[in-house]
Amino acid sequence: MKYWRRPLDKDKIKTPKGHIYIIPDRCKGCGFCIEFCPKGVLEESDEINRKGYHLPKIADGKEDDCMNCNFCMLICPELAIYTEEGE
Amino acid sequence: MSAKGANDKGRIETVEEHPLDHILRQDRLPHIWCPGCGLGSAMTCYAQAIERVDIPLKKQVLLSGIGCTGRIAGYVKVDSYHTTHGRAIPFATGLKIANPELCVTVFSGDGDLFAIGGNHFLHAARRNIDINVICVNNFNYGMTGGQQGPTTPVEARTTTTRYGNFEHPLNLPHLAAALGAVYVSRWTTLHCRHLEKSMEKALQKRGFTFIEIICPCPVGFGRPNKLGEGLEELRYYREKSVIKNDASWDEMVLHMRGEEPIVVGDFVDTERPTYLDLEEQMLRAKGLIK
Repeated sequence: MKYWRRPLDKDKIKTPKGHIYIIPDRCKGCGFCIEFCPKGVLEESDEINRKGYHLPKIADGKEDDCMNCNFCMLICPELAIYTEEGE
Repeated sequence: MSAKGANDKGRIETVEEHPLDHILRQDRLPHIWCPGCGLGSAMTCYAQAIERVDIPLKKQVLLSGIGCTGRIAGYVKVDSYHTTHGRAIPFATGLKIANPELCVTVFSGDGDLFAIGGNHFLHAARRNIDINVICVNNFNYGMTGGQQGPTTPVEARTTTTRYGNFEHPLNLPHLAAALGAVYVSRWTTLHCRHLEKSMEKALQKRGFTFIEIICPCPVGFGRPNKLGEGLEELRYYREKSVIKNDASWDEMVLHMRGEEPIVVGDFVDTERPTYLDLEEQMLRAKGLIK
């Protein structure tokens, strides 16, 4: 994120890091998590699950961008994806 | 993700369990809703909300009527009733009066709550029974094949309005506010975070609370109205929705076409004595209870 001015507490506040988990066979490929991830971390992969839907994957160069906001968990209609605090 | 091969690049770590699995009945899942339907998101927000509030799961009761949304009572692992068509609110009223300690929530669709069960909604809101009503509005009867319902916007096409709908739709938040509901809000399934906070607030608030959730229905409403699949409907919500907590009643009308905005927000948040409060107060004044 680019700041217009540098916040005074930028050194003290750490951006949270998230780790994404998926339950592949629940996914129905609606694409909500890919479209509405605030950091654009996810994209559609070539991999398919048992139902024949394309799973999401982490986009190139976005491996460390997840902030553990958990929006993907709330918007996923199938309870197939979630994030947890990562390293 | 320790052993990353060339093909594994960007692969998400797979697991077997979800953090909200303990709130849902695993033997009933996967659910029956179509890909792109927003009902799953609404159910996740509800599961997250009942986990976050201070009310134990043993004291929570979920009721629903018939329809796609009516399935939610079967999927959430709290005491639940899947009632007859349109009659979820009378069951909820009875439950609350018989055992005031329970936190009673009705989760049902627009056709169930406002067409078949419309009268029950009026009287529960008028009496200010301490129940929470969550209405998922997808503008049609989804389960029976996308027929026109009481919330279908003017000019919208459904299987029973081939030339567009000629009827004016119900304005649900305005109706609830006019009847004296103490908390009225409306969100789309895209506003997950707001929706979850609203549900938490409604669960903890005393009195009749009402939340309307605007939900994509790719098969029943999206396709005939050229709104597209679930994803395109959510993009449409992102473009057109405006948060306006002090919206006037004519701004709350949903058109779902052209440049008309979808006004969402927390419209009403007041206090009013509930049915049980008044009963206790009046019986006490007459010396009938101590």
